[in-house]
Amino acid sequence: MAVQGPMLWLSVHPCRGLVDEKIKVLVQHAAPVQRLTVHTLFRSEDGDDWEAFGHYVSDSAGAVDVSEDVCLGGTYSGHEPMGLLWSLRPVPGSRPSLRFRKKDTGTPMLVTISLHQGFLSDSFTERLPLASRVVERWYMAPGVRRVELTEGGVTGTLFLPPGPGQFPAVLDLPGGGRSLPEARAVLLASHGFVTLALNYLNPRRTAGGEYHVGNDYFQTAFSVLQTHPQVIRERIAIVGLSFGASMALGLSVYSPTIKPSCLVSISGSHVQPAGGSLGDIFAEFKKNEKNTRYDEEKRVIWHDLLLPIPSNPSKKVDVGQLCCPLLLIVGEDDQNWPAEESASDMKEMMEMSGNGHLLTVLSYPDTGHLIEPPYSPHCRSSNFINAESREKYPPR
Amino acid sequence: MVLLRPVRDLLQRHWPLRMREMYQFYIMISDDRDTQCSNERHLMFVYPQSGLVDEKFRVEVENLPPACPVTLHCLHRSEDQDHWEAFGHYCSDHSGTVKVSEDESFGGTYSGRECMGLLWSMRPVPGSRRGLRLRKTHVDIPMTLLISVYRGHLTAGFRELPPVASVVAERWYMAPGVKRIAVEERGVVGTFFIPPGPGPFPGVLDMWGGGGGLVEYRSALLASHGFASMALKYIDPGDTPTDMAMGYFETAFQIIQDHPQVITDRVGILGLSFGTSVALTVAAYSQISRPRCCVCISGSHAYPITTPMDLLAEARVRNSEKVWKDEENNVIWRNLILPIPTDPALRVDVGRIECPLLLVNGDDDQNWATTESAEDIANMMSVAGNKHLLTTLTYPKAGHLIEPPFTPHIRASNFIVQHTREKVIMLWGGEPKGHAVAQEDSWKRILNFLKEHLCIQPTLAPQAKL
Repeated sequence: MAVQGPMLWLSVHPCRGLVDEKIKVLVQHAAPVQRLTVHTLFRSEDGDDWEAFGHYVSDSAGAVDVSEDVCLGGTYSGHEPMGLLWSLRPVPGSRPSLRFRKKDTGTPMLVTISLHQGFLSDSFTERLPLASRVVERWYMAPGVRRVELTEGGVTGTLFLPPGPGQFPAVLDLPGGGRSLPEARAVLLASHGFVTLALNYLNPRRTAGGEYHVGNDYFQTAFSVLQTHPQVIRERIAIVGLSFGASMALGLSVYSPTIKPSCLVSISGSHVQPAGGSLGDIFAEFKKNEKNTRYDEEKRVIWHDLLLPIPSNPSKKVDVGQLCCPLLLIVGEDDQNWPAEESASDMKEMMEMSGNGHLLTVLSYPDTGHLIEPPYSPHCRSSNFINAESREKYPPR
Repeated sequence: MVLLRPVRDLLQRHWPLRMREMYQFYIMISDDRDTQCSNERHLMFVYPQSGLVDEKFRVEVENLPPACPVTLHCLHRSEDQDHWEAFGHYCSDHSGTVKVSEDESFGGTYSGRECMGLLWSMRPVPGSRRGLRLRKTHVDIPMTLLISVYRGHLTAGFRELPPVASVVAERWYMAPGVKRIAVEERGVVGTFFIPPGPGPFPGVLDMWGGGGGLVEYRSALLASHGFASMALKYIDPGDTPTDMAMGYFETAFQIIQDHPQVITDRVGILGLSFGTSVALTVAAYSQISRPRCCVCISGSHAYPITTPMDLLAEARVRNSEKVWKDEENNVIWRNLILPIPTDPALRVDVGRIECPLLLVNGDDDQNWATTESAEDIANMMSVAGNKHLLTTLTYPKAGHLIEPPFTPHIRASNFIVQHTREKVIMLWGGEPKGHAVAQEDSWKRILNFLKEHLCIQPTLAPQAKL
């Protein structure tokens, strides 16, 4: 006998939030013990489609709670409240070696979350879902201001939280590569830090300028933050990813004027000419290019370029001289940089020098090089353009 | 529908020119305060930062000195370029924290434990033009609020003193994915809001009152809750009044039913003020439009929309001495329809209504005699035998303009009387707290009522095993 019951209801909360915020996806009033697929779809700024999906079974009341229930398969499985976002991957048939990156941080990612009947694994766009919702994922919180910086020859992007301040600040040094990823910097500003995402690999140059910036470039950048009226000058940190982390380590130890309150090094290494400039570091890497390896799909592995970790003190940053807390974030499956080996060596050096209490190491198994803000998709390999030679590398 | 956050302009207006001098002033006065370390960072949170207009939020401040008197202040610049503000006086606890959702406000524009007081108690800043009403025209961009914390218990001077900290919050009428479609079809003018997804969805015909124009925000919010809702324009403030044709509303209703993403037999009507007159007339008399349910806010069954203009004109002349004014010269219309007419030509025969009916009224409504009308409606339906369809909600100390929650109470505002073109300030009634309670509670009840009668599907009853 047919009776009236409430209509199927799909809700996502919050419908607008920061990218590092969790979302709650709820299905209500489905049939009891019904097989369902929750599917997410995102179209990137480059026009590529990314998707993720999870298989669920509704309970006796016809409800599914993605934060609580177990996913039985899909692009992720198990109890994964945020699996629908971090397991996003290019749809089948996409261009190879895509990397997820948001260029315009002033606009949100628009993610469509749909509910399908049954356990589906493909052809989502060819079927009509039972229901859909759209969520906005923002890097920039309301009130954060973005300022393009060209002061004292330094180029980069400054992000300011709302309010009069004063605020603690972060000098953000991104990794190698052509464009300036601002995602982490704007997210830090959304959490109350004045952040300068520094362009040091591709800065605007005056005619006849040098190819690589000198250490004074970084010193100027640091003092731009120190002298900003909304910054607490004694509370400036440096956060670096990959190459940026290497720079951060070297500058913090050897620069007479750069004295950060703390350092965060993500997937970085201390192996570089001690006290050297950016140009010196590139020159050193070039010497080791023969150590480049390739995997079975001819993807470039630069992991061995800095190995073995030298015992000669002139070939690595003397982290024993560091005066501020250091957080090392390391992926144990990093194929790009020997971050794990470097972290062990740094730990040894600091313990021998007596400043080991300043060090915290976060080491993650099955994790690669690109440790980015949470709930963004993982990239095992992607296209890369060498900063020096401007050559486009085969994917890595 | 993706837009950059329009905050730079907001902040430049409130922290205009000479920013460095202002910050130096701040540092100077903060150095004088022996209880404050100038490097201490006062953390302020609002969650969610980008919520729907009918969503509650949490506002918290941390890292204050303990037992520190502070003022939480909310500032909004409307689309008409007027400034609205609200503020509450708090005292931080032993850990230096203030939580608006848990702590008591000692005074300001609201008092007591009021987690949304910073929104519903907003009023125009001192010196503003008279008779303002806060209404959103562009529903695809949010209301932006600057929420700040100031040292001490302040009641004025918020623009001159720099706050200790600020955050920006957004309040949206439209959820992501809601589609906005302009309607100009078969002579009907309106805006259709369709929820995201394939549908089909239940539908709502949404009508505002005698002020006229095309008011979209409630429909946008209804679509954000899963209803395909059309905001209808049926009075043009620029036009001279003419006889209303029921056919216009029947066509509008049909347009909603005909939409491929709407469930044809799950369309309801929602009206406020004069929109109630439309809803009741259509529900009682239309042979074509059969609404599944009706919601009537701050309205009456007196003078159905089919009442000819000449009869209405006679009634106006007869009742002209019933238009009162209060001590501020604000116009009071509530007595115009009193006593409720007994002439069948001047009263909708609500005994003919065959769908569930929800009446929402404020008992301090100074514009229409809605509580008296509700009583008469109940009597008529009792006599006719359809009273089981009726639910009446009457809110104490609430006025006429019962709108979606957490928006300011408007006791009186500018109004153009259609048939005379006279500009008056109309008294709507109510007081802030009572009206805020009415808006919050009635919206929940309206959504539940619509869901109960429109969001239903056939399901199979569980089979018992013997």
